[in-house]
Amino acid sequence: MNKQELAQPELAEVHLDVADGADLSRSEVILKGALAAGAVYGAMSVAPFVSRALAMSETGDVGILNFALTLEYLESTFYEEAKRRAGASGELKSLIDLIGRDEDEHVGALTETIKKLGGKPVAEPKFDFPYKNTKEFLELARTFEDTGVSAYNGAAPQIKSKEVLGAAGSIVQVEARHAAAIRLQNKQEPSPDAFDPTLSKAQVLKAVEPFIA
Amino acid sequence: MAVRQEGNALSRVVNDPVSRRKFIALGGGSAAAALLVACGSDDSSTTTTSASGGVEPVIEEKFGKGDVGILNYALTLEYLETAFYADVAKSGLFKGSDLATIRKFGEEEAEHVTALTAFVKKLGGKPAPKPKTEFPLKSAKSVLELAGTVENLGAAAYLGQAAAIKGAEVLSAALSIHSVEGRHAAALNTLLGESITPDGAFAVPAGAPEVLKSVEPFIVS
Repeated sequence: MNKQELAQPELAEVHLDVADGADLSRSEVILKGALAAGAVYGAMSVAPFVSRALAMSETGDVGILNFALTLEYLESTFYEEAKRRAGASGELKSLIDLIGRDEDEHVGALTETIKKLGGKPVAEPKFDFPYKNTKEFLELARTFEDTGVSAYNGAAPQIKSKEVLGAAGSIVQVEARHAAAIRLQNKQEPSPDAFDPTLSKAQVLKAVEPFIA
Repeated sequence: MAVRQEGNALSRVVNDPVSRRKFIALGGGSAAAALLVACGSDDSSTTTTSASGGVEPVIEEKFGKGDVGILNYALTLEYLETAFYADVAKSGLFKGSDLATIRKFGEEEAEHVTALTAFVKKLGGKPAPKPKTEFPLKSAKSVLELAGTVENLGAAAYLGQAAAIKGAEVLSAALSIHSVEGRHAAALNTLLGESITPDGAFAVPAGAPEVLKSVEPFIVS
């Protein structure tokens, strides 16, 4: 059973139900949606949703930073594995090493910042990356880097602290640079559009959900 | 294809204390091209140029107050980039896929000009005028180096303004341009055989004073 397919229509319904009156944050709405999905499809299907929605229900800068940390964990693990699995050599091998180092540093910086703000860094999820060769690795890398750029760009305007915003900006530019370099390796346009699209937290989580084991 | 910087072309080093970036002007008797390299010991927490909030005085003075001032500052830089790529495309120095990349980047900068102009108007401001520009277009190598400089500087310039922007919509637009400038910079750095992330894992912002100083040689009026 695909958890995602079950939950989506429920989210939409619940969203409408609470639209008037209650001042619910989007994450609270999603949490309610998950619980509603549980009511419809049985308690067994709801557990992963509740845990994920709870992680999202953290508000403010810590919530955004933990969301970013999850993505950086994904990228960091992805490139660490790629050193063994991607079958890369030469320029691509060096690029994987470089990007992997950057993502590790992002994980470290985000973890420190969350602690500094009195928050609790999310635990590192387990990941599963389904690629069989260099070509498939590159396509997945492109997806993650482009999604990362859109995720930071989408979340940044909601950041309250100027310092946190500055740090996020500093990281997103590096993600964009990674994206361009990976795209060049993939024989694709480094910057396909004049404006990078933005993605909401929910859209990003939906995109990365299949890779979280 | 990789073109490398020649160490002996570097004639002057200016250390800017604001962001601790080093500016190295390329000499040689012609109009100097400013090349910027990140200082190795940079720490992102010390370089939040405008983290205290508020628009930098030089922006207010030359481009206007608040978000309109920041947008007009960005618009001026985008005009400069657009003109640069247009001149380069006409120069005959590039062919094939390199020319295609230059045209593509130029088109994207032109779209930034259009979007920023519309945004300034939407906020009730007067868009900054298009500056007259002149770029040294001697060889493919020096032009690529200049392109790399301009794009890395552009990305740093946007990053330097993020925290000073008040409107969420303006910030969102600026961010989606900022990351495209970062993509351009990385692509050119790749072409130049230089690191895609010259500042390391955290991009370093540049304040308006240093950005304007660097582009000054290319603005005729």
